[in-house]
Parts: sequence; structure tokens; C-alpha cells
Amino acid sequence: MNSINYGQLLQLAWPEIIVTIAALITLAADLVFFRRSPLRTRFLVAAIIASIGCVGAIFKLLPSSTEGALLGGALLSNPATHLVQIALLVIAILTLFLSVDSTFTDHVGEFVLLILLATTGMMFLVASQDLLVIFISLELLSLSVYILAGFDKRSPRSSEAALKYFLFGGMSAAFMLFGFSLLYGFSNSTNLVQIASAIHAVPLNPLVILAIVTTVIGFGFKIAAAPFHFWAPDVYQGAPTPSAAFIASGSKVASFFIFFQVLVLGFAGAEGSATWHHFQSGWVPVIVIVAVASMLLGNLVAITQTSLRRLLAYSAVAHAGYMLLAFVAHSEQSLAALLYYVATYALATLGIFGILTVTEKQLGNDKISDLAGLSRRAPFLSACLFIFVLSLAGIPPLSGFFAKFLLFTSVLAVSSGSKLLIGLIIFAIGMSAVSLYYYLRVLKSAFVADPPAETTPIQSPVLLQLVVGLLAAGVVALGCAPDLILNQILNAIHASGL
Amino acid sequence: MLAWTIYISFLGALVLLLLPSRSAALVRILALTTTLVTFAITLTAFLQHRSGEMFTVVDHPWISSLGIHFCLKADGISLTLLLLTGVIGICGVLFSWNVDHRIKEFFAFYLVLIGAVYGVFLSFDLFLLFVFYEIVVIPKYFLIAIWGSTRREYAAMKLVLYSFIGSAMVLVGLIAAYVVSGSKSMSLGDLAGYPYSPHFQMWAFPLVFVGFGILAGLWPFHTWAPTGHVAAPTAASMLLAGVVMKLGAYGCLRVAMTLFPLGLAPWGFHILGLGSWRDVFAVLAVIGILYGALVALVQKDFKFVIGYSSISHMGFILLGLMTLNQIGLSGAVVQMVSHGILAGLLFAVVGRMVYSRTHTRDLPALGPMHLNKALPFAAFTFVIAGMASMGLPGFSGFAAELMILIGVWHSYPTLILFVGIGLIAGVAYIWRAMQQAFFSGTAPAAAVAPPDHPLPPITFPEKLGAGILICSSVIVGTFPQVFLNVIHPALNSPLFQGLRNGGW
Repeated sequence: MNSINYGQLLQLAWPEIIVTIAALITLAADLVFFRRSPLRTRFLVAAIIASIGCVGAIFKLLPSSTEGALLGGALLSNPATHLVQIALLVIAILTLFLSVDSTFTDHVGEFVLLILLATTGMMFLVASQDLLVIFISLELLSLSVYILAGFDKRSPRSSEAALKYFLFGGMSAAFMLFGFSLLYGFSNSTNLVQIASAIHAVPLNPLVILAIVTTVIGFGFKIAAAPFHFWAPDVYQGAPTPSAAFIASGSKVASFFIFFQVLVLGFAGAEGSATWHHFQSGWVPVIVIVAVASMLLGNLVAITQTSLRRLLAYSAVAHAGYMLLAFVAHSEQSLAALLYYVATYALATLGIFGILTVTEKQLGNDKISDLAGLSRRAPFLSACLFIFVLSLAGIPPLSGFFAKFLLFTSVLAVSSGSKLLIGLIIFAIGMSAVSLYYYLRVLKSAFVADPPAETTPIQSPVLLQLVVGLLAAGVVALGCAPDLILNQILNAIHASGL
Repeated sequence: MLAWTIYISFLGALVLLLLPSRSAALVRILALTTTLVTFAITLTAFLQHRSGEMFTVVDHPWISSLGIHFCLKADGISLTLLLLTGVIGICGVLFSWNVDHRIKEFFAFYLVLIGAVYGVFLSFDLFLLFVFYEIVVIPKYFLIAIWGSTRREYAAMKLVLYSFIGSAMVLVGLIAAYVVSGSKSMSLGDLAGYPYSPHFQMWAFPLVFVGFGILAGLWPFHTWAPTGHVAAPTAASMLLAGVVMKLGAYGCLRVAMTLFPLGLAPWGFHILGLGSWRDVFAVLAVIGILYGALVALVQKDFKFVIGYSSISHMGFILLGLMTLNQIGLSGAVVQMVSHGILAGLLFAVVGRMVYSRTHTRDLPALGPMHLNKALPFAAFTFVIAGMASMGLPGFSGFAAELMILIGVWHSYPTLILFVGIGLIAGVAYIWRAMQQAFFSGTAPAAAVAPPDHPLPPITFPEKLGAGILICSSVIVGTFPQVFLNVIHPALNSPLFQGLRNGGW
């Protein structure tokens, strides 16, 4: 192993360092200067300081910045990682501003610190092709979000969610580490590319298959794919709203990107095939099974939910299923489609959680039926809800539709004629027709049902309306003009040679 | 210019939503103005493009990496249907003059729906067409679920799920066509020119055809239609039957049949005497004609009679498409217009003139109300509309059905008998409904309508709307040549080349 060039390390890790420094400054400022200020001021100041840090990191990441790789991929810096990191930072900023009006805690500095640490973890996660670094940054991310999930100390639900998340997460991390250790034993390296060449040299053996399965379990947990989704409904429901929003959006984006890389780069040559009559073991059949299970279970169970948050959790499972189809195709286009999908999905989910922060505070819970008459009590928020929900359902011209279209086309384009892929696409499109049913139930409650007898207009903070409005505008704009980011994604992926 | 029909409708919806004033009159007038302006634009375009050949309205690159364009084109067929949309749009507003409940949202959804319908008829890029086709679905749901009547939430959800499943099938077919062709273009012209393998067309054609057919009321996927029409508020029923079902038929003709003409070719073997998808859909269309007519004959709910009659009339359109000869196809297009006008009129009579006054649509209950005396204008309009829908010469129904029948005579002489039965049943159910609803009272005129509950008289907007629709029907019926002159060149354009030279 060659020695580390610390200068280069500093260069490549600048954005992460900036975010970490911002996190520490936020904590210090909150503890030292704003301890006695009103809660809202503390949140606002913390969010602003943290956002300045994030924006600084984004500027550092904008295309002019350095490219390079350290230790053969332990820390990478290329257009694709930059793009994903920028997306993660934007999500972090939005989450911070969504939390400004929260009242669930008075440990403001710690809360913001954890969000930024989780963001740092995600940024390292997506910028690495080395199993060891991947695992460590995944743990940094996971441990931060476990605490975030349990941050509402007054709510038993929140603690329950955190505990469940932690137990399931710990177990899946153990699986993943086990798989990684097998890979290391097999290939004598932790670098994805070298592992791939080792796999390439030897025909598929049981060790690799075991490693595939455990890796899929580990990441399947992070992306909430069935059957590793059991934590999702409880965490979505129990966690404080900003934490849940962050878990549902940022952590998804990072996990999907790195999962794709691990499978496609690390297990290159072990794809296998799930086509009828040409079955060959590898990771594609595993992913196909997980994808089909997620689409089926997510969509069907979501139909019966009465809580909006749990509905979102199951719809997240379903969306994970759609997105896994991109893995089956594993082409440049399908990675682009995956990134576009997960980014727009994150926007819509963040938006719905943003609306939930208001409605829950005023209505007391997140029952779908309690949204009755929302369209007259909070016209602006319900208009935004309309956009987010229909985007998740995949109705044009919103971004969710184009994401699906792009994903399905890119998957089919890989090998037109493969019956498996066509079958999967038909299944996915059919399932998204099913999903319209439960998404419309949410809108039915908000728009069709009459409000309860005593109707007071719902008060929503201006800042929150602004953020939610921004998110809605983003969802519409990306749907009407996908070229805004699609070409960047495609170019970045192409330039990074993924 | 024609593109502004879409923009103006959407802008109108936006303006209505943001309108600070609560004045209902202002909202109505704004909605009416919007529809009038869009109609004026389509009429101008229709008069300008008498040749019926395809012309480009807008063509902008949209999503460059996929080669998708924001491309609007129109030819004789789409111009004819745009004109229909304009007329129905105006009349829908006129017949919704009495809506008070959440009026801004009502007309906003209404205008979004109209705008999206314009969009479908104008789109030449299949991605764009699909986008508009899907946008149609959502306003329909809310129009029915919020302002509807009988079992509205059930009906709205059923309608939406059927539409969405249909469009899912279409989407699969379109993505497959796009990917298989390998060209970076979603333009209908490019894809229709691509020689897909017969094997591919054999499965893609029925997929897309049925996908669109669901919205066109293709039997046995029609069940959303009667419940949807019945539950919908008057304007929404008019739009649903008048133009939305036409979207399905238009999609069948414009997309399914031009993209995959070989899907209509013979299979090479026979099952139950059916030798091709063409036979299958022709038979399904005839079943639809008969089934719709016979079920309409036994309905007790006035609106269900009209709802099922729509299935029957839509069957004529689909049958006309399957004749694959010029007279049959142009008959189908004229029938789209004719049924659009007449179904709109019938729903207006039943939903607005009768139901919103009597609060019942039960035929036996309507009889004793002596509606022919109480609401003479409603009775008069229904008689006219009924005659037109039976196919009385001079009205649009006659011209359209005659052309379709001649087309069928050329292509499927054996089916003529069944179609004939359907026509006779069509006379019967209209006659029965008319007699039971308006003319069954036997008591002397003095006993009619207890003076303490006089039915409110027919208002001016209703009379105006009915007048417009009746005139349109008469114009189409007496001068079908005006439309045929633009439809024929469209059917002879290169786009439909595959259909004429297909391998059947």
C-alpha cells in the first residue's frame, strides 16, 4: 500500500471538512451564545449557520473543483460524486429549514450537529469505492440517524422507533460487514475494482454468492426494500418530522447511489441472469426478487394504511422496488435514471413531511381522514400536497412521472427483447396503477371530504410555506423541463466512467 | 396560434384559482370567456386549413437526451375534434351556470380538463400526447368526487383506476415502440414510419388499442362509463361522454392503428371464427352496440339510459375504425363528433334541465310530474336530441351511422344484421325513455305540478347551450361534406399509409 498524500486528502475532503466545521460552529454557537434565546431563534440561527457551511461546501463542489482518487478509490472526487454530494447538501439545507418551527426538542445545537454529521457520512459514503471507507461512513450516517429518530424524548413512539431502527440497523450492518469480510478474504483487497477482478478470475463460487446475499441484506435495509423494510413504518411514524424527512430523503439518495456502485463495480462479472431458461446465479436474480417483493408488498400494504406517515413508508418500499429495476439494467442510462428518480422522489417526500409538520401540530395526528377539508383550511399547503402526492403517483407533468418514464425506458433500452425486463416493466407500470388508488385517497381526504364542523384556517409559518413552495416548484419544474438536471447527470456519469 | 387553446385553458384555470374575488358571476364569465376564446381559435384554424393536410403548430426540442419534442401538429381529423371540444367546452360552462359549491375550483378543474383534451388532440409527439392524456385523468376524479351525485366517490375512483390501467397499457406499448425502434424520437410520424416486426406488432397493437379502447368504452372494459357518467355533475358528464371518450377512440385511430398497422393483419389461424385482432375488435364493438342498447332499454334511472346509450354509440365508432376503408373510418370520425354533440345534449337535458329541478332521475317517478307541461323546453330538446341520436336524417347521427354502415357492408357484411338490431334497439330505448319521462302523465293538465312546488323554469344559459348543440348537430347532419373535406385528406396522408397498405 502506498503512503497517503495528506495534501491530496485535504484537497479531496474539503467539502466534508467544511460541513464538519460548520457543524461544530453551530453547536458551539448554540451552546455558548443562544442558550437562553427562544427556541425558534435558536433553530433559525443554527439552520442559517449550518446552511452557510453547506452552501460553502456546494461552492467547493461545483464543477471547477479538483478531481482525483486517493489510495486507488478510498476517496474519490469526480463529477458524479460531486453531483450526488450537492444533492445531499441541498436536502440537508431544506431539512434544516423545515425544522425551524419544530418544538420537539430544546437541544437545537445537537440536532443540527447530527444532521450535518449524517450529511458528512453520506458525502464520504458516495465518494468511496473502498469497502472499509464505505462501511465506516455508513456507520457514521446510521448512528447519526438512529439518534435523530429518537430525538423527541417526550414521545415513547420516537424512542421505540429509534430502538427498532437501531436493532434492525445493527443487525443489517453485521450482515454487511460479514459480507465485506468474505469479499476481503476472497480477493485480498477492499477496493471494489480489485474485488471485481478477483471475481472475474475465478468462476462464481459459494463465497461470492454468500457475500452478494449479505451485502444485499445490508443495503436493502438502508433503502427500505422488502423484506428488509420492517423498520420503515415505525420510524416514519415515530421519528420527529424533520428527522423522518431526512431519513426518507437524504439517506435514500446516498444509499441507492453507493449500493449501485458496490453491485455494479464490485460484483462486476457476477451479474448472473434471471431470465427464464437462462438462469444463472449472480446478483441480478437477487435484486429481481427484492424488487418484485418491494413493489408488491409496498403497494398492497399501503392500500390499507390509515396514517399518512405509514402510507409514505410503504410507498417508499414500493418506490425502492421501482428503483431497483435500474440495478437490473445496470447501464449508464439506468444510473442516470436512478439518480433522477431518487432526487425527485426525495423532493416530493421532503415536501410531504414539511406539510405534515404543520398539519400534525394543528390536528394532533397524521391520520389521513383528519386531513378532511384541508383544501379550504390551508389552500396553499394543500395545493402543494396535491403536487407532491401526484408526483409520487407518477402523474405528468410532474417530475415523478418523468422519473418513472426515464427509468423504464432506460431499463428496456438495455436489452430490448429480454422477456424478463419487459415483464418487470409491465409489472412495475401495473403496480403504479395500483398505487394511484392510495395516493388518491390522501387527496380525496384533503380535497373532497368536508371539513369538520368548526373550521379554523390552519396557521402555517411563512418560512415553512416558502420551503414547501420551493419544493413544489422544484417538482413541477423538473417534471416540465427535465433537461434542467438530466443532461448534467448524464454528462457527470459519463465523465466519471461509471 | 392553435397551441394557445391549451395555454389559455390552463391559464384560465390558474387565474380562477388565484382570483381573490368571491363573485360567482365573475368566475362563470371568466370560464365562459376562456372557452369562447379557445373555440374562436379552433374555428379560425379550421377555416384557415381547409385542405385538411397536416401542419405544424409548435415544434420545440424538449428533452434532448431522449429526443422528445414539444411538438403539436394538426390535420383534418384533429381539427374536427378540436372544434367539437370547443363547442362542448362552451356548452359545458353554460350548463354549469347553477354550480355554486366551490365554484372556483369547479371551473378550474373544468378548464384543466378542457386544456388537456386540446393537448391530446394536438400532440404529435407521443410522449407529449401521453402527458396530456394522463392530465385528463385527475380533474375527472375531482369533478366527479366533489360535485357528483349517486355514489360519486366510488364512481370517481372506478373511472380513474380504469383510465389509469388503460394508460398504463398504452405506456407499456409506447415505451416498447420507442425502445424497439432505437431512434431517438418519440414523434408519431417517425415511429409510424418504422417497420416494426409483425411479431412485435401482433402483441403491441392489442395492448395499445385496448389501452385506449378502455377510455372509448370498449366492451367489456366499459363498466366505468355508465357509473361515471351517472355520478358526474352535468358539465363533467358532457365532457366525459362528449370529448373524453373520444380521446380513447382518437388514440385507437391515431396511435394504435398507425403505429402497428400489421397488428390488424390475419393471424393465419382461426379461433371461434375470428382470424385477426381486427375481427376480435369488430366483434367486441358489435357486442358493445347491442349490449349498450339492450341494457339501456331496461334502465330505471334516466341518466343510466343515456350512459349505456353512450356505450352503444361508441361501439359504432370502434366498428367504423375496424372497417379499414375510407368511408368507414371517416364515418367513425364524424360519429365521434356527432356522438360528442348528442351525448352532451342528452346529458344536459337529463342532468341539468330535469335532475337539478326534480331531484330524481327515476323514470317511474318522473312520469307523474308531467314534464312535457312543466318543462316544455326540456321535453322539446330531448325529443330533438333523441331523434338525432336514433339517426333521423338531417341530424348528425344519421350521416355518421350511414357512413359506418356502408363501411361495414364492405368489410363485414355478416355483422350488418346485428348492427341493424342495435339500431332498432336504439330507437326503442330512446322512445321508451322519452315516453316514460316526459309523456306518461295521463291526468288532465289542471292537476299538473302543484302550485306550491313549481319547477323553476329553464334558464337562458340552458336554452342557449341547447340551441348551440342542436344547431351543431344539424350542421354536421346536413353538411357533413364540410368535415369530410378535411377528414379525407388526413386519412390519405402518409401517416395512415401503413393502414392502407397493411398486410391484411
